[in-house]
Amino acid sequence: MIRINCPYCGEREHSEFTYGEDATRTTPDNDAPMEEWNKFVYERANPAGEHIEYWHHAFGCRAWLKVQRNTLTHDISWVGLPHENPEAAS
Amino acid sequence: MGQYNALNIAWNALRGHKHWQRAWRDPEPKSNYDVIIIGGGGHGLATAYYLAKNHGITNVAILEKGWIGGGNVGRNTTIVRSNYLLDGNAPFYEHGMNLWRDMAQDLNYNVMFSPRGVMNIAHSKSQYDTFARRANTMRLNGIQSELLSREEVLEREPIIDGSADTRFPVWGGILQPDAGNARHDAVAWGYARAADQLGVDIIQNCEVIDFIKQGERIIGVKTNRGDIHAEKVGMAVAGSSSRLAEKLGMRLPIESHVLQAFVTEPYKPLINGVVTFGAGHFYVSQSDKGGVVFGGDIDGYNTYAQRGNLPVFEDVIAGGLTMMPCLSRLKLLRNWGGVMDMSMDGSPIIDVGPIDGLYLNTGWCYGGFKATPASGYCFAHTIANDEAHELNKAYTLDRFAKGYTIDEKGMGPYPKAH
Repeated sequence: MIRINCPYCGEREHSEFTYGEDATRTTPDNDAPMEEWNKFVYERANPAGEHIEYWHHAFGCRAWLKVQRNTLTHDISWVGLPHENPEAAS
Repeated sequence: MGQYNALNIAWNALRGHKHWQRAWRDPEPKSNYDVIIIGGGGHGLATAYYLAKNHGITNVAILEKGWIGGGNVGRNTTIVRSNYLLDGNAPFYEHGMNLWRDMAQDLNYNVMFSPRGVMNIAHSKSQYDTFARRANTMRLNGIQSELLSREEVLEREPIIDGSADTRFPVWGGILQPDAGNARHDAVAWGYARAADQLGVDIIQNCEVIDFIKQGERIIGVKTNRGDIHAEKVGMAVAGSSSRLAEKLGMRLPIESHVLQAFVTEPYKPLINGVVTFGAGHFYVSQSDKGGVVFGGDIDGYNTYAQRGNLPVFEDVIAGGLTMMPCLSRLKLLRNWGGVMDMSMDGSPIIDVGPIDGLYLNTGWCYGGFKATPASGYCFAHTIANDEAHELNKAYTLDRFAKGYTIDEKGMGPYPKAH
């Protein structure tokens, strides 16, 4: 069972949250070539291991959070606010 | 190894069933093949079979990191259908239906294909209207479909809650009468045995660790059982597609998600066909052994763990109980998860390249089982001829960049369609 330790609300179960997406993707510039936009819209890193991603505490404080989760084990090793980064990734 | 037939069974019974031969060989990998198929799931096995049968290419190896039938081909809810809407999909899946009908004879293996009908329930006038459009489109594509009234739905499946005060009353339904179920393990074993008889080497416990390249061309793979060279390497590894593509420095329009499925203890006949709930996501059928088999949505976050979480479990059961309240009395026997290769438009990819010597088969979302024969048929054609078959020419990798996505749900670039 995935539990996420919300910085505002404390540890809550996963049914209070909705999954957002990969938090490491950055939007290309408006005038970036179509190739870059194609990569941004369609291609996914889809790693097997640590993944940094957004979750929305939809049925709680409604804050967006950044979470580091292992895609092989469901273990969550870090939770922060969207502008923060886990040490290993920063 | 001989044919399976009644005489053969009787003869072996008289001899105490002590002389059956194994269904397929367990060969050591050779150093060189014409074609390597990575992934011994349903699609990989079917591909090897059709390569040998339709294209005369028998010097083929299937490399499976685990065992045959241990992945998604043994983890699905066994539903076979072709009730698709869009041109890119409908003929492909309908060709699959034709292959399903003859599969047991063709493979000389009882795959227990049972066209018991797939019925989708509508719960409102507007939903019924969209079903009418789908039914008409299916007919235009030569796929059987029938619109059902509320009474006809309840007559087909009496255990559906037909009361007026249920949360989502039944309005009507759509039926594909020639769709149904097949025994999933038997499909894997049948293709494995038939491919083996034609000379294909099925190599289990053989994990591909990396690709071998010569210049810009792939000429083989490194495995835990040594290097194996081949002119052509086909990938049919479903949820592991991104992991293999990463070894080539490629990113795919794929995210891996876990889908859970459930089965109860065996019961007397309760559900006649395949039924889907239209006000949530729940699909159910009863296996020939009596187990009620059902599933629902993916968990919703990318993962490679072959197990899901409880909120989706609860959501699936809630949908089922709303439609068929009597299911609450059944005892759940097992629940499991499989890793799905969710594509960004909900449709698959069967394509040449994008690297020389490589062929891609991925993006089946959670509809891969029904596609097994058509996928193998088309992927074999694509590998043998270096170009797509008429039926899979829309399933290209570059359709995303070119704007030709096959978005059956009309939901945009989002890896959660099926």
